[in-house]
This record gives sequence, C-alpha cells and structure tokens, in this order.
Amino acid sequence: MSNVIIQAKDVTKTFMISAGFFQGKRPLHAVNGVDLTVNQGDVVALVGESGCGKTTLARMILGLEPLTSGSVEVDSKPLAGQNRLDVAKLLQPIFQDPYSSLNPRKSIGSIITLPLKVQGDQNPDTWRRRAEEMMELVGLPRRVFQNYPSQLSGGQRQRVAIARALINRPRVVICDEPTSALDVSVQSQILNLLQDLRSELNLTYVIISHNLAVVEHIATKVAVMYLGRIVEEADTETLFTKPQHPYTEALLSSVLTPDPNLDVPDTHLGAAYPNPVEPPSGCTFHPRCAKVMDHCSTRSPKAIPTSEGSVECHLYDKAQGAAA
Amino acid sequence: MAERILTVDNLKIDIPVPAGMLHAVQGVSFKVDRGETLCIVGESGCGKSLTSLAIMDLLPGKAIRTATKLELDNENVLDITEDKMADIRGNRMGMIFQEPMTSLNPAYTIGNQMEETLIRHRKASREEARDRAVFLLEKVGITAARSRLRQYPHQLSGGLRQRVMIAMTLMCGPDLIIADEPTTALDVTIQAQILLLLAELQKEFNMGLILITHDLGVVARVADRVAVMYAGQIVEQGSAKQVFENPTHPYTQGLLECIPIPGKTARGSHLGSIPGIVPSLIGEMNCCHFAERCSYASNPCHSAVVDLRPGFTNAHDYRCVMSPEQCADNLKQKVPA
Repeated sequence: MSNVIIQAKDVTKTFMISAGFFQGKRPLHAVNGVDLTVNQGDVVALVGESGCGKTTLARMILGLEPLTSGSVEVDSKPLAGQNRLDVAKLLQPIFQDPYSSLNPRKSIGSIITLPLKVQGDQNPDTWRRRAEEMMELVGLPRRVFQNYPSQLSGGQRQRVAIARALINRPRVVICDEPTSALDVSVQSQILNLLQDLRSELNLTYVIISHNLAVVEHIATKVAVMYLGRIVEEADTETLFTKPQHPYTEALLSSVLTPDPNLDVPDTHLGAAYPNPVEPPSGCTFHPRCAKVMDHCSTRSPKAIPTSEGSVECHLYDKAQGAAA
Repeated sequence: MAERILTVDNLKIDIPVPAGMLHAVQGVSFKVDRGETLCIVGESGCGKSLTSLAIMDLLPGKAIRTATKLELDNENVLDITEDKMADIRGNRMGMIFQEPMTSLNPAYTIGNQMEETLIRHRKASREEARDRAVFLLEKVGITAARSRLRQYPHQLSGGLRQRVMIAMTLMCGPDLIIADEPTTALDVTIQAQILLLLAELQKEFNMGLILITHDLGVVARVADRVAVMYAGQIVEQGSAKQVFENPTHPYTQGLLECIPIPGKTARGSHLGSIPGIVPSLIGEMNCCHFAERCSYASNPCHSAVVDLRPGFTNAHDYRCVMSPEQCADNLKQKVPA
C-alpha cells in the first residue's frame, strides 16, 4: 500500500535577504537539504518552531516557490514543468492566515466555487448546491454565501478556506496550521472532518502545526524540523513514546496537557531561536541542547537511519564513538 | 483570608449595532485575590477580552459598560474620571496583550517606552526609571539589558518582545496584571517559558493575575481559579482542580472532550465536538445560552433564563438546570463510549 505520492529529494531553498542599505545581500537557507516521502493515505506532520522552514517546504511542494536545488515529484512526475491545473487537481493548500488567503472583494460563494470554475467544471447549476454542502460540512451557516470575508470571524474565514480547498476533492491537502486560528470546539470539528474525508476519499495530508497534541492525534508520521533541516523523522507512535533527538524531547515536554496537577514545564531551551542568517556552527541545535557534547559545535551531524525513520544527532552516531 | 484585589460584580457590556443592541457581556461577576491567578477561558466572541478591557476602562467608545461594583483594592473604579483612571492604568493595573508587535510602539525604543510609565506615574527621574527598566529586563530573563534599552521593537523576536511587555507592565509594581492571550502568538517552547516567567513574577511581586485564554492546557497548568465563559456569561466557575477534574456544565464538559490529550485520547479517534454555533447576542435572550447546542437541553432550558448556582462546593458555581450529580453522571456515561 505504500504508494508514493510526494517525493522531495534534497530540497533546498535559499532566500537572498538584504542585510542593510550599503551591504550586499546575504543568503538565508530556509530549507537546507530536506528529503521527504509522503505515501498515499499518510498524514505527515511537519513540526517545529517559527522560522524552521516548514511553511517554505510546504510551499515548494505546492509549486508556489521555486526550488533552489533538489527535486519534488508528485505522483511520480516531477513537479517542475507540470501543468498547474493538473497539479491543483492533486494538491490543494489550506493556509495559515485566513485574513490574507481570501480575496476581500469576492463573496464567500464565489470564493468557494472558484476552484470549480477554474477547473472548468461542467455543471454550473450544481455549484451553489455543492458549495453549500461543503459550507455545511465545514460548519459555515448557509446565509454567509453572499457575505464577504470581512463580515466573517477569523474562524469562519478559515472554514471558507477549507471548503475552497476541499470542493474539488483533491488527493493531497497541504494544511499549514489548519486549526491554529480556530476555537477548540471548532478545531475538533475540523479535525474530525479531516479524518472523515481522509478515510472516505483516501486523502493524504501534509499538516504543518506547532500544536503537538493535534499532531499526535491526527498524524501517522511526523517530521521535526529545526533551522531548515529535518532533525528527526518517525511514525507518530515512536516519535511520541521514544523521542530520540534532544530537540524533539524539548518540544514534547512543552505540550501543555490540561492537567491541573501539573505545573508549567521547564523546557530547558534556554537560548532563543537562533538567527537563521547566521546559523550556529556544527549542529545548529547545539547552543540550546541539553545534551551537547564537545564536537557538536564543530561537526554537523548526518541523518542516521533508525528503525522507523531517521534522526540527525551526534548522540546516535556510533561511528564517532559517542553512542548514547 | 487572602487580600482581595479586584471585585467585579454584575458587569455588563452593551454595544449598539445597526441591528439592535449587542449584549456582549451579560452580568459577569468574579473576584481576584492577591497572589491568585484567575483564568477566563472561552471561545472567540464569548466576551472574555471585552471583560478585561472593561476592567481597564479601555472599551471602544460606543460600548456601554455598567456594573453594580468594580473595585480595585476595595476602591471604587467604576465611575471615576478619566484622569483618575489614567493614574491607575499602567500604574496599579497592567495589561499584557496578545501580539507584542502591535502593542509596543514601533517608533520608540524599548527604553523610552518602559521609562515613560514610571516617569508618568511616579514622577521618577529618567535615571531612576532607567535603572528600574534594566532591573526588570534582567528579571524577565533578557541578557545585556542596558543595551536593549536602545533597541526598537522590530529588532527583537516575538518571545523577547513579550518579555519586554511583561517587564513594562511591572514598572510601577502593579497590584493586578491582566494578560489577554499572552502566549497565543508565540511558539510552544517560548510559550512555556513565558508562562513560567509570569507565574514566578506573580509570586515574587504578590500580584493578582487574570489570564485570558482559549487554551485549556495553559489554564490547567497556571490557574488557581477558572471562569468558563460562553456567549457573554460565566457558565462555570471554580478552582482549577474542580473544573478540570469534575467539570459540571455541559459546555465545560464538551470543551474538555474537544481537545486531544496525548496518551489519553485514542489516536485518530473522533474527538468530541459541540454541534451548532454560538448564538447571536443581539437582542434579549430569555433562555439558557447554551441550550441550542446542548445535548441534554429540555423545555425549561429554552424558556427561562438560567442563573449561576452553587455546585459541589461553595467556591464552585455553574449555570445549568441539572443538578451537579446529574451533570457528573452524564459525563460518566459518555466516557466509556
């Protein structure tokens, strides 16, 4: 059943950013050599702090951002050179910010039916009905069909974005923080909806989230990103029960479960997130790492295959005699 | 008995809108003691942010605030002049907002903005104010504090900005801090640090803290007392232990089922959800606000206003026609399913 639907190989994205008025531009390696395989039916979660490159990676998979190097294959065909309409039938995004992802001058109805129009759907008579069904599915009242995004709450706007992405029933949905703008009761509805659609239509998701409780619940596979690299990748069960990378451990310890008997955890991630323009030498995580060793600041670790995925940390690098 | 720092009694906020009167907050009452953390939790539009703005008297111009009582440290702050309120705001009550980028002035340095508070309220000299700012920046864990004073907000990361905001609210040593979603815009790792910091500072300075959030995980970890708001009303109020371990109101129970809990919720299973949508608060509502979405609703729920009443203990109130035992039974029956 492992039908590869998205395959990213050694993907790199470098932005040239201005460092000051009289200075030249400097490179920012937003995504720095990432391999990611998504199988049909998988729910792959990309987790990490802001600025770790997870959104950039997702945008590259969607074909919205040209690659600096590497390749992305969708359904065994390279993304580069494919017709955008064909890609859009396969892949649909749900963006993080529902305020900027909806055209403020279009009505909700026309936003949701636009993908049908773009794909040249043959039954315009059914558009309104299908849009309304979709609106109901995502928890939007039908009366907002004629409204404009500015008349809706942030939560409702995100539902419009979800309805728009799902109306053509794509095979892969790339959700960038799909529920972070939603209320808890709505979040659970959307998660349930995503789960239902997944089993009904054999959908595949790539979910970007910083909410690890959500990730643990919905994902089958998790990739933890730090400063443009995937530092640990494993199936959800393994990652949450036996995290290997110290960064994964810190992330997991920062999850606040609603237990009144526990206090706020100390994540031991003292230093702030480093400036991605000047990443630390060696292992980029070493200034914040609780298990840092001497050679961490000088040598970058390589991805080490594990039984369930991979981990990028000197702790597991047996060749260097530093096995944990 | 702990020292009472804030008393809010029967707070109402009405906002005239083209379609009529929007009753955004409908008779909210709570108390905060010195050294106590009250979390107000609820979904968007439930009135939790307006409640906090009302305490600070920062409501938008057309909103109408009424209350039977609004006391800070046993002093009436309800009908005082704007001048007097300006002396209290930022001085004895501080507020931390959600997005530190928009609540700090981008055109002034950190130092300028921090010092201003102390100079305005305490007639301190620039030097005294600067020393206090440095002291507090170090307190909130910012290194090289003196040089930071010359920086502008855009030069700091989100986590640092929020630390600056916290330090700024502490400048005058307030009695009460209101934090409106202080960690929502931050990464989870930073969120934990900021919450830890707030809790430590609160203890050290013995302040009252009102934390407004929609994140139940945050609430459970930091709250002493919890007020759950729904559609402009408090539907359940009690100690954090009480509310999380024996949630009584069907809405509280529903909320807790909505969030996946690692290790407890079966992976990929259906999460609980609350069907329907929040009712419009325009016009009078003579029924339980939650009745439309409640699976236990019966005739009385739709025909009469439901008042807050004592639950299991004296310090626990809830707003439901069912008895606490019945509510607890409902929950028990749901759990094994």
